[in-house]
Amino acid sequence: MNPMWPDFLDTERVRLPSNVAACRVQVDAERWCQGADAMRAAGADLLSLWGSDDRDRDQCLRVHAAYLLHDRVVLLEHAMSAGQAIYPSLATRFPVAGRLQRATYDLLGIRADGGDTRPWLRHGGWPEDVFPLRRDVEATQTWPVTSAPYPFIPVSGEGVHEMTAGPVHAGTIEPGRFQLAVVGEKVLRLEVRLGYTHKGIAKRFEALAQRDAHRLAAHICGDSTVAFSWAYCAALESITASTPSPRAIVLRALALERERIANHLGDLGGLANDAGFAFGQTQFSSLKEQLLRRNAELFGQRYLFDFVVPGGVAGDLPARALPGMLDEIETLERAVRDLRGIYARHEGLQDRFLGSGRLTPAQAAALGAIGLAGRASGIARDLRVDQPWPPYDRSPPVLATSSAGDVAARVQVRFEETLESLRLCRQWLQALPTGPLVVDVPLAPAGQLGIGLIEGWRGPLMLALETGAAGGIRRCRAHDPSWQNWPLLEVAILGNIVADFPLINKSFNLSYSGHDG
Amino acid sequence: MFDILSRILRVGRLSEALPAPNPAGPELTTIQRELHAVFGRALCIRHVDAGSCNGCELEIHALSTAYYNLEGAGVRFVASPRHADLLLVTGPVSVNMEEALKLTYAAMPEPKWVLAVGDCGGCGGVFGANYATRGPISDVIPVDAVVGGCPPSPLAILQGLVQITRHLAA
Repeated sequence: MNPMWPDFLDTERVRLPSNVAACRVQVDAERWCQGADAMRAAGADLLSLWGSDDRDRDQCLRVHAAYLLHDRVVLLEHAMSAGQAIYPSLATRFPVAGRLQRATYDLLGIRADGGDTRPWLRHGGWPEDVFPLRRDVEATQTWPVTSAPYPFIPVSGEGVHEMTAGPVHAGTIEPGRFQLAVVGEKVLRLEVRLGYTHKGIAKRFEALAQRDAHRLAAHICGDSTVAFSWAYCAALESITASTPSPRAIVLRALALERERIANHLGDLGGLANDAGFAFGQTQFSSLKEQLLRRNAELFGQRYLFDFVVPGGVAGDLPARALPGMLDEIETLERAVRDLRGIYARHEGLQDRFLGSGRLTPAQAAALGAIGLAGRASGIARDLRVDQPWPPYDRSPPVLATSSAGDVAARVQVRFEETLESLRLCRQWLQALPTGPLVVDVPLAPAGQLGIGLIEGWRGPLMLALETGAAGGIRRCRAHDPSWQNWPLLEVAILGNIVADFPLINKSFNLSYSGHDG
Repeated sequence: MFDILSRILRVGRLSEALPAPNPAGPELTTIQRELHAVFGRALCIRHVDAGSCNGCELEIHALSTAYYNLEGAGVRFVASPRHADLLLVTGPVSVNMEEALKLTYAAMPEPKWVLAVGDCGGCGGVFGANYATRGPISDVIPVDAVVGGCPPSPLAILQGLVQITRHLAA
C-alpha cells in the first residue's frame, strides 16, 4: 500500500455512474489537501476542477476536483459555508489548477487561498461582485462591458521587447491573446490570455432538458463534437442505467475515429504549411475534404454535430455503403503512407520540425500534459487503451508515443494515430454488429451525478452531469484537455525564434472554445 | 522531388466550377448591387471569430482547399481589417469579444459590408443570449447579409460570396 494513500479514499468512496470506473469522496479542507497529495504521489492527473452553488440545498458552495488515475476517476468534493467560501489551492501540486481556480472564482465567487488571483474568464463583461453561475443570478441577466487592461506579467531588461498578438489574429483561427517577450529573435517568455469565447455554456445547460442538452454539448468545441456529445450521452446513460445497442456503440466509435482522422489530416497539412511547404497543405486538406464529403453522404452531415443522441445514434449506415467505406480507408491509408514518406524525405521540412518547440518528458510530467501532446512527450496514456469503454474494450488501438517532445514528435504521433484509427474503422466495418439505433433513456430523478469520459482527438475530455428536477439539469461541467495543454505551449516556445511560434502553436492545436466554455 | 511531382500528377486537378448564383438564396440584392458597383468581382475578406464553437471556422478553412477555387472567384482572405471590404463574422458575440469585434469593424475603410456566417451569428443559435453572449451579430454591429447553417457548408458560404460579387441575372 502506498503510504501516501490515506484510508478515507477507500473507505468513504461512493461509486459514480460513468462509462469508466469512477467514485466520489466528500472531504473537508484537510482531506482535500491529503487527497491531492495522494493523487500526486500516485501519478494521477488533475482532470478538472469546478464549483457549484448548493445554497438552495444545504447552504453550501462546493468545489470539485476530478482526478484521473491509471485505472479510474476519483472525484473529491469539498463543501464550504457561503460566508467562508475559500479552499486550499491545488496549484502547487497540479499547475493546471491555477487557471481552473481563477475561472471558478469568476463564475461562483469561491476563492482558492493563495496563488494568482487575476480574473481569467471575466474580462469585464459582468461586475466584479456578480458571480453568474450562482443560482440567484437570472439566466437572462446581462451587463454592459467595462473592460480594463489585463495585467500581464511584465518582462523587462536590456534588449527585451514585448509583442502582442490577438485576440483577433491574421488568419482564420479562434480568438486568444499571446504576449511574447523577445530578445533578438528568441522568445524569452510567453503568456497566453484566454476566455474570449466564453459563452456561459454551463449556465445555458441549466435551462435545458436532459433529453435535449446533447445538442449543446456538441457545440462546446466544434472540432470535437462527437467526443463531447458522446461524453454527455455517456453521463446521462450511466445515470439512467441505459445501454445503447452494440451497433449504436460501434457507429459512435466510427464517428469518433472519423473525427480524429479529419482533425489529424487537417493538422498534418497545416503544419507543413506553417513550415513553408504548401504542397503538404494542398494534399492533406484535399484528403480531409474528401472525408468530410463522405461524411455528408453517409451521415447527412460533414461534421457530425447531431449524430450521437441519448440512447444511441441518429442514423444508420446502409449495407450498400460498406464497400465504398472500405475502399475509402484503403485509399486514405495509401495516401497517408505516401505523404509520410514525402515528409520524412523532405530535408527543408524536417529541418523546421526537428527540435522545434521541444517539451521534454520531465517538463510534460511536471506540468501534467495529457492527450496527444502528452503522448508526444513520453506520457504513454490513452483512455482507449488504459480504461477502455465499449467498443474499445474489445478493439483497443495501439498506443502511439514518442519521447522527443518536439514538433516532429507531434507530427509523428498524428501520422501513427491516423493509420491506427483507419485500422480500427476497417475492423468495425468488417463485422458491424446488429441492434436498434436508439434505446429508450428514461428521465433521471433529480440530484444524480454522472461522469462521461471520452478520449477525443486532443485527449481525454470529461463531462460531469448532475440532474435536476422534472427532467432538467442542475449542473453540467464540461472540460476540454486544452486546459491542461495550453500552459505547455508557454514552456515549449522558450528559446525558439518568434517565426516558429505559429508552427509550434499549430503542433499543439489547442481549443479556445472548448477551454473558454 | 520526383515523389512530390509524381503525387501532384497522380492527384490531378481537384478544383470545381463555381456554384451558380442561387435565386432562391438569401436576400442579398442590395449588398450585391453596392458591392459590384465598387469592386466588380474582387473581394477582400477579413474573418473574425466573435465567440464561435469553431465549427464555422473549420468550414471557412475548407473554402481554401483546392476544391473550391476561392481565389479563382476573385475572393481572398486578408490579414488586416484595413485591407478588407467585407467582414466575415462567426459565432454568437461573446461579451469578451464584443469590444474586439467593434474595433475590428471600426478599423475597416468605407465602404464596408458585414456577412454573418452560421446560425449563431444569424440568431444566437444553440447558445442564445445570457451574461456571456450577446447573441446575433446584428445586435452588436450592422449586418448586411447572413449565410445560415450549423455550420454552413463551404459551398453555402461560397454561394453567398459569389452571389454578392456577381450581378443577378435580371
